[in-house]
Amino acid sequence: MSAQEASFIGGVHVPPSKGLTDKLPIERCPVPDTVCIPLGMHIGKPAAAVVKPGDKVTIGQVIGKAGGFVSSNVHASVSGMVMGLQKRYMPNGMISNCILIKNDGLDTMCEDLKPHTDAELTPEFIRTELQEKGIVGMGGATFPTHVKYAPPKEGARPIDTVILNGIECEPYVTCDHRTLLESADDIIQGLKYFLRASNAPKGIIAIEDNKPDAIALMQKKVANEPNIEVQVCAEKYPQGSEKHLIYACTGRTVPDRGLPGDVGAIVDNVGTAVAACRALRDGIPLYERVVTCSGNGVNKPGNYITRIGTSYKDIVEKAAGGVKGDLGKIVSGGMMMGFAVNSLDYPVIKGTGAVLVFNHESEFSDYVEPHNCVHCARCVDACPMHLEPTVIVTAIKKQDWDAAEANYCHACIECGSCAFQCPAHIPLVQYIRMGKLFIRGKGNGGHNPYYQVPQVKK
Amino acid sequence: MNIMEPIKEPKPLVLLSSSPHMHSDMTIPSAMRDVIIALVPAILAAIYYFRMDAVIVMVTCVVSAVVFEAAAEKVMGKPITIGDYSAALTGLLLAMCLPASFSPGLAMVGTFFAIVLAKQIFGGLGCNVFNPAHIGRAILLASFPQQMTAWVLPATAAVTKGADAVSTATPLAVMRATEAVWQAGGAATTDKLPSLMNMFIGNVGGSLGETCVPALVLGGIYLIYKELIDWRIPVFYLATVAVLTGIYGTIFGYPSTFPLYHLCAGGLMIGAFFMATDWVTSPITKKGKIIYAIGLGVLTSLIRLRGSYTEGVCYSILMMNMVTPFIDKYVHTVTFGGGAKK
Repeated sequence: MSAQEASFIGGVHVPPSKGLTDKLPIERCPVPDTVCIPLGMHIGKPAAAVVKPGDKVTIGQVIGKAGGFVSSNVHASVSGMVMGLQKRYMPNGMISNCILIKNDGLDTMCEDLKPHTDAELTPEFIRTELQEKGIVGMGGATFPTHVKYAPPKEGARPIDTVILNGIECEPYVTCDHRTLLESADDIIQGLKYFLRASNAPKGIIAIEDNKPDAIALMQKKVANEPNIEVQVCAEKYPQGSEKHLIYACTGRTVPDRGLPGDVGAIVDNVGTAVAACRALRDGIPLYERVVTCSGNGVNKPGNYITRIGTSYKDIVEKAAGGVKGDLGKIVSGGMMMGFAVNSLDYPVIKGTGAVLVFNHESEFSDYVEPHNCVHCARCVDACPMHLEPTVIVTAIKKQDWDAAEANYCHACIECGSCAFQCPAHIPLVQYIRMGKLFIRGKGNGGHNPYYQVPQVKK
Repeated sequence: MNIMEPIKEPKPLVLLSSSPHMHSDMTIPSAMRDVIIALVPAILAAIYYFRMDAVIVMVTCVVSAVVFEAAAEKVMGKPITIGDYSAALTGLLLAMCLPASFSPGLAMVGTFFAIVLAKQIFGGLGCNVFNPAHIGRAILLASFPQQMTAWVLPATAAVTKGADAVSTATPLAVMRATEAVWQAGGAATTDKLPSLMNMFIGNVGGSLGETCVPALVLGGIYLIYKELIDWRIPVFYLATVAVLTGIYGTIFGYPSTFPLYHLCAGGLMIGAFFMATDWVTSPITKKGKIIYAIGLGVLTSLIRLRGSYTEGVCYSILMMNMVTPFIDKYVHTVTFGGGAKK
């Protein structure tokens, strides 16, 4: 499969718009005066705070202990004093407990962080260490990585492929592209650790064909690795979706309501591999990540290594040269799946790949009134999950949750291909997201304050 | 005292919206405009063949369609949507189905039915069950059969015959008559029929936009290239008609060019590329589109070969429009991951 370009059926061609930042090397974002580190920045249980206001902390010190198996540790990203615990809104609208730390400007590293020798790194040790060092999926979903490498249940299909996701099909975002170019050795080392943890015989690094420099570099680097190969994938959105990447690389289809493990595959972001490599080899926890700051609303777009907990305002003002013009739209994450936020006062979390700022000259800051559905079926053709978004949305508009469920509302990956294509500008993904919440809370109306339990006819 | 502070302009706000934050360039007005652009070759062909008559009918239909749309929306208290070109497109498509000699007054009656009854009363664009242009045509054909079948020869053909605006029969009517001769044991020749070449380029009697096959195919290819229509509908529709008329012709011993005559005759080409592919009234799944197109082909062939009308495209499309919601209810895609919908 590696010779030809792998892809999937459906999807859309989104203008990549990466030209602003894809040639710019990664720079360091100046360390902010205060950071706000959310304890619930990963999927699963939030971490429990183990520091209190007034405590002195150093970089890499554990400030939040994992709250369960599906959870992860949280570490201080600056050295200084804990100012307090606060509830704050996350970019995705959820509320999380945050620890505020005032930076003392000394950048003292925590003394407990010790490199590990290769012999120490047994599969069990890698798993505990991944949770210990707070490694979560850095592609945006922030799923704790150690959970993926938990040994499969008795009788389940063994893991035989680990795929590193270097697709980055989101427009404007270039953090993975630059990571591929600048941390190639760490990525391959991280993949080797992943292969060891999962006991999988084969590792694949998947890269979209609009990054020829990254493909050439990676192919050179893995030339002497017998069990690692580079898979070139066609440029199409959402090629970076987990299920579609597995299909493109292995030809296997993850079943409905299934997990990648069901078809013997694990997918991790390249950024996660770098973080895992640093955590396992050097003992450094995940306290900073590469963030792309781009869009026509900033003076100096670029890719910046940013401490977790830095506010968007600090990135834009200290690293990206300040706001250009009036703020028109701020997107946390990629243009297709990210969240529009109302101000720059949100912290960078482990899953923040990009902060995109647009001013009022950009077309993205214009609201377009939706029209009636015209049954053009462009959403049906675009859906990579082969759903019929218009049918689901029609059911959701009528609050007919059973019909929405029968049409596989839950299978939607919220990639946004349908709404991207819709000539009527219907916010299809928003409706489907709402429908999913309602279906999950069926009976009591889920999150809908206006929901009335249907009267049963006698 | 600072109560006299000047009022400041409010700062523009940040737009909050659900993802995705990007959008393809296509909007409903741009799509409608593209369909009108795709009709340009057929419009030019119509003007070439029928001269001023064509211009009068087309302008009447387009203008009256836009006026009716605005008036209907005004009366119903809805926002005026003539800016999305859909009314203009409906008027244009209706004009394409009318004979060149058709009176402008009656054409307005047609656009009234198309816009007000078939579209606005159902709730506007997106809510109509039937193709509005074909409703207009069907009502005109039922109400004014004489005027609707008073075909004139194209100006180009009339000049060679030394007369202007000669009334003539359409190729389909000639074919029906010729078929009777063939079935009665006459020689299986095509002498009585217009030459296949003339039918292909449109140098025969017929509706304005129906006759010139290359212009319509060109427009259809443009629509497929722009991803405005699915290739499955025209291809399966035309193929079904060709196969069924071919089988019928073989059984009765007609000349082998019989299916080709059917493909080039009447409103089949404009129906297959512009009418049957109407977004609102065709099914949404690919499988559903194939079923719909084959249904269209079967109905068109049946009406043309065995019905009392010689032309079946308009009625077959209206009949399949009725079936579209049924197809959408029962024909579903299989999800990625193998979930078949109920």
